[in-house]
Amino acid sequence: MPVQVQGEVLSMRRVGAYNAMTIVAPGIAERTKPGHFVALQVGGAESSMMLRRAFAIYDVKERGVYGGTVEFIFSVHGKGTAWLAARRPQDKLDVVGPLGKPFRLPQGRVNATLVGGGYGSAPLLPLAKVLRERGCRVDFVLGAASIDRLFGQLDAKRMSSSIAVTTDDGSMGERGRVSDVLPQVLDRTGCDVVYACGPMAMLRAVSELAAERGIPAQVAVEESMACGIGVCMTCVLPVVGDDGVSRMVRSCVEGPVFLGDRVRWDDVGTVPDDVLGAPQSTGGGH
Amino acid sequence: MSELTVRHAEAAPLPDVDLSTSLGGVTFPNPVFTASGCAAAGQELDQFFDITALGGVVTKSIMLAPRSGRPTPRMAETPSGMLNSIGLQGPGIEAFLEHDLAWLADRGARAVVSIAGGSVEDYAKLAMKLRGRPGLAMVEVNISCPNVEDRGQVFACDPGAAAAVVQAVRRNTDTRIPVFAKLSPDVTDIAMIARSCVNAGADGLSVINTLLGMVIDTATMRPVLGGVTGGLSGPAIRPVAVRCVWQVHQALPDVPILGMGGIRTGLDALEFVLAGASAVSVGTTVFGDPTAPVRVLHELAHALAQRGFGRLEDAIGLAHRPPEIYVPEEPDPVGDDQLPLVRQPVGFEEER
Repeated sequence: MPVQVQGEVLSMRRVGAYNAMTIVAPGIAERTKPGHFVALQVGGAESSMMLRRAFAIYDVKERGVYGGTVEFIFSVHGKGTAWLAARRPQDKLDVVGPLGKPFRLPQGRVNATLVGGGYGSAPLLPLAKVLRERGCRVDFVLGAASIDRLFGQLDAKRMSSSIAVTTDDGSMGERGRVSDVLPQVLDRTGCDVVYACGPMAMLRAVSELAAERGIPAQVAVEESMACGIGVCMTCVLPVVGDDGVSRMVRSCVEGPVFLGDRVRWDDVGTVPDDVLGAPQSTGGGH
Repeated sequence: MSELTVRHAEAAPLPDVDLSTSLGGVTFPNPVFTASGCAAAGQELDQFFDITALGGVVTKSIMLAPRSGRPTPRMAETPSGMLNSIGLQGPGIEAFLEHDLAWLADRGARAVVSIAGGSVEDYAKLAMKLRGRPGLAMVEVNISCPNVEDRGQVFACDPGAAAAVVQAVRRNTDTRIPVFAKLSPDVTDIAMIARSCVNAGADGLSVINTLLGMVIDTATMRPVLGGVTGGLSGPAIRPVAVRCVWQVHQALPDVPILGMGGIRTGLDALEFVLAGASAVSVGTTVFGDPTAPVRVLHELAHALAQRGFGRLEDAIGLAHRPPEIYVPEEPDPVGDDQLPLVRQPVGFEEER
């Protein structure tokens, strides 16, 4: 169950092109599992920005000198993240978390491939730790536009049997996309399950490559959210349910982790005709 | 680090103010409600605070059939507000009754069920479905959702259409359950639409729904929202909402108003009460602050106490009073934002 707490910035650091923020947020760290996210108020009490900003949780420390802490990675996209990037230790932040459905863990000791795009690797690193503790084999595939937009490759290397890195500009690893090297990794490692987090186009490619091989893929999607807690209905995407019926589902509470073969990637950003409650072509009103 | 505490806004005691309020013959324990479309059906917010502590939970507008809503992007943040083009996504009335209203009833919450339809008949059927349902405290008739393709379907923009819908709902609703019509600010004369709804049987009015708005992305040079236009909400629209409540209360002083539009604090809520609202809904603020409704309730109670009010009822519409007749009975000695005390006239020495 999520909580809303008044947190305090413990530390801020730059990691390549990204910012890493650690917040003392009692009650959140203890409940967090890999794949959960936090939603933060931005701009202070009199802010003109009314909506929360959501970030996948990277690292948590359940207790320590300062109590439970939560660390997340972000890049400055707009006014809200620019405000966050300007926070300093001891600044107060209103935090809600942990939110969403985390990655589901496999039963038994399986071979897992973890695919991260940009700072989408952030929630995969704690996942790798949990998988390793369970005796799973972990292989990483990390990709980004350039070397400064890779995140966590050293930790990933330390926690995995192998790591493949791609960059669009070739500044690190192979020049290209994760989807260029993923087939070989899946085949070479005898992969049983794929976990992925990153841009939607990457998640789609990963889901398709896994599906071609009959490998289940769990992907954490990135949809813009207003609340993060399931009340605003803005972060929806078309997903096929267990009953075979497609619905517009909230990525904040039903996700952000979905089975890759259930997301209707072609139809993201639209309302397909066969989704539950879709407008009939003759009637208006939607 | 001792100042870092989990919020328990509801745990603090309320000051000794009678917050009960009467809406169309039903007495609610306090005047702070959620707003339709901003609280789903209460379950998500109940994780953060006890939703039975609110006056009522106004549910997201429900239609007869399941509804997918509009394509994404459905949201754009705007200065002190947001645009949405959700398009009334919902499970349909049957699933709503089975899962959502039943849950609210079990939980002991007072449910204000918002209904929306494409025709007068839809609204009548929805009202019938709600008859005799446990947990139902009030019906809010959403005749003003701007997220429909055909603006002609916005019943609240036409006094005749608004009246037809309200009459159909009133006729098919249990007599003890109040029916409120939710009005659109996007009209020339909101008091005229209000009067039309009341003449058709509305027990009260919800004022206001979102304003129709639009944002264009200057990078893509296209509208941001998948639905092109959307409803503007949040503190940006608060002065418009207060004006609408004022105008409706002025025209129909005996008709209860559920006021909403950008309420963020207890003082914002008090503004609505002073303008003539008997109760308020906290909407968009919830997206940024899930505990906002219960916080607003506490802040409103304290604001009333600070101003010497023993009862919420005495503050309703008070801003409409002529300037000379109100003198606070017991001015509170503390607080720097209280009403100014009545001053003694200052004498001046004669000019030499």
